[in-house]
Amino acid sequence: MELIGQGIVQALRLLISGDALVWQITWLSLWISATATLLSLLVGIPLGTLVALARFPGRGFAVSLINTGMGLPPVVVGLFVTIVLWRNGLLGVLELLYTPTAMVLAQLVIAAPVVTGLTLAAVQQVPEKFRLQLLALGASRAQMVWTLIKEARLPMLAAVMAGFGAVISEVGASLMVGGNIKGSTRVLTTATVLETSKGNFDVAIALSLILLALMFLVNWALTWIQQGRRA
Amino acid sequence: MLLRLLLMFVSALVWAAPAQAQSGTLILSTTTSTQDSGLLDVLVPMFEKKTGMTVKTISVGTGQALALAARGEADVALVHAPSLERKYVEEGKMQNRRLVMYNDFVVIGPEDDPAKIKGMPKAVDALKRIAETQSRFVSRGDKSGTHVLEQGLWKQAGVEPKGAWYIESGQGMGQTLGIANDRRAYTITDRGTWLAFQKRISLPILVEKDKPLLNIYSVMEVNPANGPRVNPAGGKAFADFMLAPETQAVIKGFGVDKFGQALFVPIAGKTDADFQ
Repeated sequence: MELIGQGIVQALRLLISGDALVWQITWLSLWISATATLLSLLVGIPLGTLVALARFPGRGFAVSLINTGMGLPPVVVGLFVTIVLWRNGLLGVLELLYTPTAMVLAQLVIAAPVVTGLTLAAVQQVPEKFRLQLLALGASRAQMVWTLIKEARLPMLAAVMAGFGAVISEVGASLMVGGNIKGSTRVLTTATVLETSKGNFDVAIALSLILLALMFLVNWALTWIQQGRRA
Repeated sequence: MLLRLLLMFVSALVWAAPAQAQSGTLILSTTTSTQDSGLLDVLVPMFEKKTGMTVKTISVGTGQALALAARGEADVALVHAPSLERKYVEEGKMQNRRLVMYNDFVVIGPEDDPAKIKGMPKAVDALKRIAETQSRFVSRGDKSGTHVLEQGLWKQAGVEPKGAWYIESGQGMGQTLGIANDRRAYTITDRGTWLAFQKRISLPILVEKDKPLLNIYSVMEVNPANGPRVNPAGGKAFADFMLAPETQAVIKGFGVDKFGQALFVPIAGKTDADFQ
């Protein structure tokens, strides 16, 4: 318990003193995970809507795949992305391994199925009758889909929170594809692992608390958008 | 509205993207101990300032560091497992192996010392005694330099360690020390990590200063034939830097302020024969 107290003190000290490294790590965590989440929306929302509305053979299988993807183990994603990005790998020419871009890519792979799956569920829960009604009222197919997405926006914001939560808290993939390089690919989770292995438990606790605070702030903002609209 | 907000956010993010690595980067594959001790946090910026190159330091176990280098996924390796290193040099995967520095390993264990190894001069005999008495021992079990050394000692002792007393942590030195402390077990650790963890663990040094416990670090350049994008000039520059007198002087003084003693002894110019 004493250690956690020290951690809290340390966290405050690091933040207030404007420790450049800690701010840089925090900002990088936010930047990488926010970018990955936003990109995952570009993939997940259309894909989830499509699978929710379309009827095609093998749809059940596709839904099962997406649902499995929602629980993709980050280390597995990290391993495969690493192998693809190796100098000898499929995308080795791009020299992306051990860069923030590589981390965005890995986190995108983790977040996209989460967003897809939750979008699918969100769009599907809009009653079918509502859809038919829209079409009967003369809405074009595109208008109908847009209205459905708007109708499902509240649960979709939950998808954003879940996707962001999955990637900002993830450590396995970030460690592997980023390499935990100081000043370049070190984020809050990987820095926490490093400080723990160094025996600097107070710093590790401080970083954990900063991570929790960051997650809270982001979710708070998203909840504000979600709930504020309802009023 | 929401969409516009989203777009604004994306453009803000793209604008604020951290600068990407430029050309003139090199990948250093190294062990966790060099990183965890903080030595590389001092040396790498020195090198970058001197040469204008950017170093990507990948800290993994020695086994993985060498395996990555052999695949051409790194340009230079700084590791500590002489027997393994020589194998890679013989296979032609690594070249120009040069000794950089050493520190030493120590055998630590619970205060009450159930295997009665305290003060034994030979680490091999101590391990034999631990195995005979089936006293708990925690092994890294991760092909790190420390693990390779430990395996070498077991081999010399003629013991194949297995059984309930032999615990494989599969983790770094810090975590392994934590487990050993918790289980009141023996383990082998580098002195630097042991010093760094003194506040958290209560396992005293029982056997030390035996020659086989020397922990020798060397630097090796990656054979450019290992892969298409190896940067041999960068690798050589870093290896040369590690042996430069200025760098060696920094190594010599490193750790004194924090631990009251230096963590590494620089040995540029020495060869394996000097430590037989």
